Formats: sequence, structure tokens, C-alpha cells
Amino acid sequence: MSTPNGMRITQGTFSFLPPLTDGQIAAQIDYALSQGWALSVEYTDDPHPRNVYWEMWGQPLFDLRDAAGVMAEVKACRAAYPRHYIKVNAFDSTHTWETVRLSFIVNRPELEPGFVLERQEIAGRAQRYSIRGYATQRPGGERY
Amino acid sequence: MNQVVEPNAVRAAADRYRAGVMPYKQMGYWEPEYVPAETDVLAMFRITPQEGVDAEEAAAAVAGESSTATWTVVWTDRLTACERYRAKAYRVDPVPNTGPGTSSPQQYFAYIAYDLDLFEEGSIANLTASIIGNVFGFKAVKTLRLEDMRIPVAYLKTFQGPPTGIVVERERLDKFGRPLLGATTKPKLGLSGKNYGRVVYEALKGGLDFVKDDENINSQPFMHWRDRFLFVMEAVNRASAETGEVKGHYLNVTAGTMEDMYERAEFAKELGSCIVMIDLVIGYTAIQSMAKWARRNDMIVHLHRAGHSTYTRQKTHGVSFRVISKWMRMAGVDHIHAGTVVGKLEGDPNVVRGVYDTLREPHTPVDLQHGLFFDQPWAGLRKVMPVASGGIHAGQMHQLLSYLGEDVVLQFGGGTIGHPMGIQAGASANRVALEAMVLARNEGRDIWNEGPQILDTAARSCIPLKAALDTWKDITFDYASTDTVDYVATPTAV
Repeated sequence: MSTPNGMRITQGTFSFLPPLTDGQIAAQIDYALSQGWALSVEYTDDPHPRNVYWEMWGQPLFDLRDAAGVMAEVKACRAAYPRHYIKVNAFDSTHTWETVRLSFIVNRPELEPGFVLERQEIAGRAQRYSIRGYATQRPGGERY
Repeated sequence: MNQVVEPNAVRAAADRYRAGVMPYKQMGYWEPEYVPAETDVLAMFRITPQEGVDAEEAAAAVAGESSTATWTVVWTDRLTACERYRAKAYRVDPVPNTGPGTSSPQQYFAYIAYDLDLFEEGSIANLTASIIGNVFGFKAVKTLRLEDMRIPVAYLKTFQGPPTGIVVERERLDKFGRPLLGATTKPKLGLSGKNYGRVVYEALKGGLDFVKDDENINSQPFMHWRDRFLFVMEAVNRASAETGEVKGHYLNVTAGTMEDMYERAEFAKELGSCIVMIDLVIGYTAIQSMAKWARRNDMIVHLHRAGHSTYTRQKTHGVSFRVISKWMRMAGVDHIHAGTVVGKLEGDPNVVRGVYDTLREPHTPVDLQHGLFFDQPWAGLRKVMPVASGGIHAGQMHQLLSYLGEDVVLQFGGGTIGHPMGIQAGASANRVALEAMVLARNEGRDIWNEGPQILDTAARSCIPLKAALDTWKDITFDYASTDTVDYVATPTAV
């Protein structure tokens, strides 16, 4: 979505809401734990919509009883990467799911320059489209 | 009622195969002692027999006409393992609240078992040619409805099923934990390609995940299909760049021939679309062909159930939508319109629940209240994403999430495009309402009762949501459903 300061990437389950407070994040983690899901924290400075492999902040956390452990990891990841995108994923290992069931952003850079849509004209009137992040034109670590 | 009760099967060959006409019951199509095999295809029909035809004979007639029988005895039966190939009606129950003292003639639920060898592997066309073939025009029954089926695992394993399925669709779209949001472009007919793409762009940029062609948008004088595909893909890619999200538009590839459909699907693929759409009216074989094409080409298949109400809506005659859903999960679609409960189209809550379970669950046990008469394991066939569409709006978000769960596409066509502040605002209103409701549900709030307050709170920081709520707050479609479940409160045998 467009904002006066560039744009706001709306990936994740709750990106259209005001940024979640730590209390709200903890409540979502508690919900995930109540479903028996494993939690993980991931971060990136390449939020391209097709970038499915964000960096893992450690291993996924299995067998937790409450949100405190995950919140500690979220805070540590934020301290290390204050201007990166950080998300919390909840993973369900139940047969026929075996995938992420909830995934939401818990940290983002203050300024999000967004993406350019590049077009290459090809046969007929068709275009070959590619999406490139303005920030990712710089090397990793210098992007936001 | 003055019914003639016929004796059961005639066993002596000399009597059984004497030329002439014999009641179906006596021909061996009624076998109350039969215990269905694990590999049998089972069907449950609602039968209204003609006057003077007893329930067992009517059930036997349905079994006969949907398998091996013809109207008279034929000696050529004896050249075959005919006793195996005969379908067997094995149980008949009177339908509650029908018959003397009620407003409708006596109806019966008849259970029929079919040997697996009666069917060709991987062919819905072959399955349905038997089960809903000649038999539906058969004079001995006044009306006939196929209520439910049990497809044995052995037969399910010969079907590809959904090319993508809910899990892989979500992984490709990178969207988890909430219903997906869509809208159908309106007006559904008449827009030029350029104007059509405008609606798509605005809705996707505003927050929807998908926009959709309507069932009857194919290639008309006002907008030929290539023009639509080109403008739409510009809109999809622009919106993706503006939001950082994967976006899609169901490009309807429905056409007059398979060759035309393949050509349109190939073009959609070349342009980078993640999804194509087909209409139910193209037929079962065409649907299976498109399912195989989609599996080869990493494409999601959206099915619009155009035409289904002609045979699914009336309780006494036709095919229930839960059976159509089973066939479509086997044939292989990833999305199917399956009812909203609260919107403008037919949808009793119990019937809709049964259909949603049929599409999404790895195993559906008997659940008479929801219209599921058989235990049905799904043998690893992927999950189909149900689509709720037709007269729904942001103000119903708590009801939609409660009734339908989170693995569903909620499509707000009018509720997006008709928003007083414009299409983007309409889309944002729906997305904010949705995310706020999921957040609240996960926090343990009672969204069924607190839903309106949750929406009002979310609307304080979202003017478009406030406008949507003000516009549509009191719009409901509160009519009695035509298709409701009748059941006897005892568990079924199988």
C-alpha cells in the first residue's frame, strides 16, 4: 500500500493493521502454541514477494510452553537487525498440513522504498515483467 | 398406500433367466443382507417412487438401471459374472417428515453398492454415466436425488485430484493464517480490456489477493480474451510491485473447444499468471483435462460452479452439491465456489459445512447433521480451497470467519467495487476487517458475539472500513434455504 513515505509492504497475516504491540505479538504466539505449532523467527533485507527463504534466526522453537521464549528471540533479532524485515512463523507438522499456518511481520524498516516494475516488450503486445526492490540494488547489509 | 410387495431375489437359474419381464427385486438388485466391500462404490439416493411401487422395488430399480439391468430379462447375462456386476440396493430408510400426514409424498433413502470393476480408473465421466445416467429419467421413480457417495480408496487412488491444493497454493502465494480475499470484476459484461484491467489493479492494490473473471466472461465482442489477459496481467504485476505481495487474477479460459481452452491457458502461463479459471459447464472430462494441464504447468485451477443450481438446489430431484464437490476433488480443481451461508445465494449452514468438510478434510466421518452419510477417507487427495462469493460484505466478517474458517477465499465483488470511496478503499476495508477479526479470534475473543465491536474498533483507524460498515451494516439475505439436510437420528451401517 502507498504511504506518504514510499510504500508499506503488506506481506504477512496482519500487515493492514497498525504495527502490533509486543503484547499483541505474544498473544498470537500463545495462540500458535495452543494449536501445537512450532515457532520460528526469520529476517531479511530482500523482501521481494518471491523471496521465500528469509534468513533463519536460529532453529525453529519446538515444545515451548509460553510466548516468553519466542519474544526473547524476536527482541534479540530486532536488536541485531533493527532495520530489517522480521517475521514470526508458526509451523504445523500435522499430516496433510506440514506447512506454515500463521506468518506475520514484527519489524520493518522506517522507510520502505518499495519496488520498480520493469517491463521488457516481447512478441505481440505482451510484456515480460520483473519486480526489483529499490533497496536491493545495494549489497546486503547496506540496504535499509 | 396400496403397495404390491414382491418377494426377494429369484435364485434358481431356470426361473431367473426365463424370457420376460421380472421385478428388479427378483432379478437380484435388492440384497438386504449384502455387506458392502471396502472397495465398493456406495451411493445413497433419495427416491420418491411412483404410486404402487414399493420402496424396495424402487431402490432395486435404481440399482439395476444404474448398473447392468435393462427392462427385460436377457440370457446374455449368463455370459458374464453378472451377480458381481449387479449393483445391490442393501438398505432403504423412509425419509423423515415425508409421506402420510406431511406435505410431500413418501420418500426413501436407498443405499446402493457397486462393484469396483464397474468403473474405469480416473474417469468421472465413466463414474457418472452409470450413477446419474439413464436412471434419472426412469419412469418407476417420480423423482430421484443422489444425496451422497462413498468413493473407495482404491478408486480415489486412480485420480490425480487438485493440481495444487490448499497447502501448496498458500506456499506459492506466501499467504498464511487468514482467508484469502477476492472480488469478481463488475459489471461482469461490457467492460473493454483497458477498463477491466483498471478494476483489477485498483482492487489488488487496495488489498485483495485475487480478482476474478466472471463465469460468462470468455471472449465477446466488447473484449476478446487476449486483450483481457494482457491488460489484466499488467494490473496484476503493477499491484504486486506496489504492495510487495504475490497477486493473481483468475483468467477464465472457458471456451467452445478443448483446443481453444489449451490455447488460452498457454497464453495465461506465458504471461506469468499463477491461476486460471474454468466453468463447471465445460463438463467433467474437460475439467480433468485442465487439471492435468495445470499439474504439468504449476497452475492453480479455479472452478466456477456455473449451472449447478439447475440440479443441486431442489431436495427431491438431482444431485446434491456435496456429491459434486466430491467429484470435483477427484477431477482436480483447486478452488470451487461452495456457499457463503450469509450471502445472497442458497446455503443452509449444515449443508455448507458438509460441503466445506468434503473439500478440505483428509477424512470425513459420517455426519448426518451435515449431510455426510458415509465415512470417506480422502487417500491423500489434496485439499480444495472453497470460495465464498455472492452478496457478502465486510460487516459480516465475524460470521464468515466463524462459519467458514480460514481456508477459504472470501469474495466481495459488490462489497469492494461498490464502496462509496472507490475500489481501492473497498478492498482495504475488507482486508482490514479480515485481519482484525483473525487477530481477535486468535487472541481468544468471542468473535461471534463481539464481532460488530471488533469491526467498529478497527474502523476507528480505517476510514474506508467505517464507510463500508455505514453503507452495508444492515444488509442481510434472510430467506429459508431450499436444500436442507433430512436425516434419521441413527448411525448408518457404513
